[in-house]
Amino acid sequence: MRTDQTRVRVLLAALAALALTLGVAACGSSDDSTTSGSTDSGEAGAIESNPDNGKVTLTIGSKNFPEQEILGEIYAQALTAAGYKVKSALNLGSETVALKAVKSGQISGYPEYASTALTSFFGLEPEEVPADATEAWEKANEEFEKEGLEAFEPTPFASANAVGTTKATADKYELETVSDLEGVSEELSLYGSPECRQRIDCLAGLEELYGLKFKSFTPVDIGLRYTVLEKGQADLSILFTTDPQLSAEADKFVILEDDKKVFPAGNVIFVTTQKVAEEAGPDYEKTILQVQEGLDLKVVQELDARVELEKETPKQAAAAYLESAGYVGS
Amino acid sequence: MSAALLPLASFGGAIEFIFSEQTSNVTGGKKVGGFEQAMELALKQLEVTALALALALIVALPLGLYLGHRGKGEGVVIGFGNAGRALPELALIALVAALIGIGLVPVTLALAVLGIPPILTNAYVGVRQVDPAAVDAARGMGMSEAEIIRKVELPLSISTVMGGIRSATIAIVATATIAPLAGVVTLGDFIINASIYGEDGRLAGAILVALLALSLEGLLALLQRRLTSDGLKVKTA
Repeated sequence: MRTDQTRVRVLLAALAALALTLGVAACGSSDDSTTSGSTDSGEAGAIESNPDNGKVTLTIGSKNFPEQEILGEIYAQALTAAGYKVKSALNLGSETVALKAVKSGQISGYPEYASTALTSFFGLEPEEVPADATEAWEKANEEFEKEGLEAFEPTPFASANAVGTTKATADKYELETVSDLEGVSEELSLYGSPECRQRIDCLAGLEELYGLKFKSFTPVDIGLRYTVLEKGQADLSILFTTDPQLSAEADKFVILEDDKKVFPAGNVIFVTTQKVAEEAGPDYEKTILQVQEGLDLKVVQELDARVELEKETPKQAAAAYLESAGYVGS
Repeated sequence: MSAALLPLASFGGAIEFIFSEQTSNVTGGKKVGGFEQAMELALKQLEVTALALALALIVALPLGLYLGHRGKGEGVVIGFGNAGRALPELALIALVAALIGIGLVPVTLALAVLGIPPILTNAYVGVRQVDPAAVDAARGMGMSEAEIIRKVELPLSISTVMGGIRSATIAIVATATIAPLAGVVTLGDFIINASIYGEDGRLAGAILVALLALSLEGLLALLQRRLTSDGLKVKTA
């Protein structure tokens, strides 16, 4: 009898202790969310680690070229700073592979260009892609939601393909816009990534929408897009507007204005599933939106320069960005 | 279980891709794949394979036979052979592209480098293994050294020599798949550009490369039988 009573008391005490701990923990977490909530309204506050997030493991993906890898690293490191367990898979071969990986749960999410999402996933023609970033995002998100996916708000910077050439070639043929190529493109060779050949937002678009014919099109590895211009193998090469060379070597390379809008500009939207967003809690979206606020075209060109010209790793470049912008303490 | 069966399910899609054109989201309505394009890419792959193999043969076969005949340079042949096989082809193509540019010629050169080691090593080893008594007899009959190589050593070592040529061919035809990264549009185009051709195209590319490699292997096996002198053929029954 007596021992029974003791047992009940011990049990009660244990329960009380448990309730207390839980209560404190709950208070703690709500406290955390209010503090980080308030820093959210300031523009570049440090990311606060939330211990609750430690239960969630996220896998951040990206496609396999420097700009994407840097973005992937920025998101991955920021989410780590927010307390999540983060793995990364920054080597996905194409948007098709990446989307499949998101849908199957192999990755939690990855950064995608809104224009690519609209043309590649949802079959829009390049000229149907809204020029306004928010409109493009809303349009993409509508489609994503039908498939249980979700895209977060777009980054400040936009990236697009562009026809590039050397300053000398541009001067020689008086090229400023892509339309200026009419009449001379038959004498000029064009180099681009292997997939460019048949894409409507690349060679196919230049041929069909501008009516241009080139002397030749040669597919090359994307990493050689400036090398072929420098070596004089290519007269024209498909570049990206975010390329660091365009600001670092502005006296050497120029891009032609896309006056018929064959290359839709793409702000980056982070694509994830509604299920992951729900399970990961509010800090997931909040952290991603917070760290991408500082990513304007100039910052992205600089980050690309660190990796492509100064041979830093995407990891180092991302860490430097997060530190200098004050998102993580140094 | 279902994940393991998935590749089987997509097999049908890949076969369809090879024989009829498919729609693609990113080409502005132009269809991709189909028999015509598959043949075009396969022919390109065969062309660059043939060129690279010819170049590798011209360089490696006479050298291997000669060194084997003289019994000299074993260290060089084996060392070069092993080093050559360890060379990553993607890096080699990048290097050749940086040095002499992009297109059919640099890709052919890079692929030939891949074919040289097996041809060289096997020719050398094959000739070395020929019975010295046969060589002595030939010399006693008054054959010149060149005749000895051509009429005695090469026929007697044909299975080893052909073995080297066969593995060089397989290595070259399989590796020619990455040529689209350096300006030559082979079957690898289906594999690299999933955004255009989709997963069906990717698998179709892999199937076609495998078929191409197997057919070349079969052709060379037939050729080897023709080249083997009757006296060397294993009698069955």
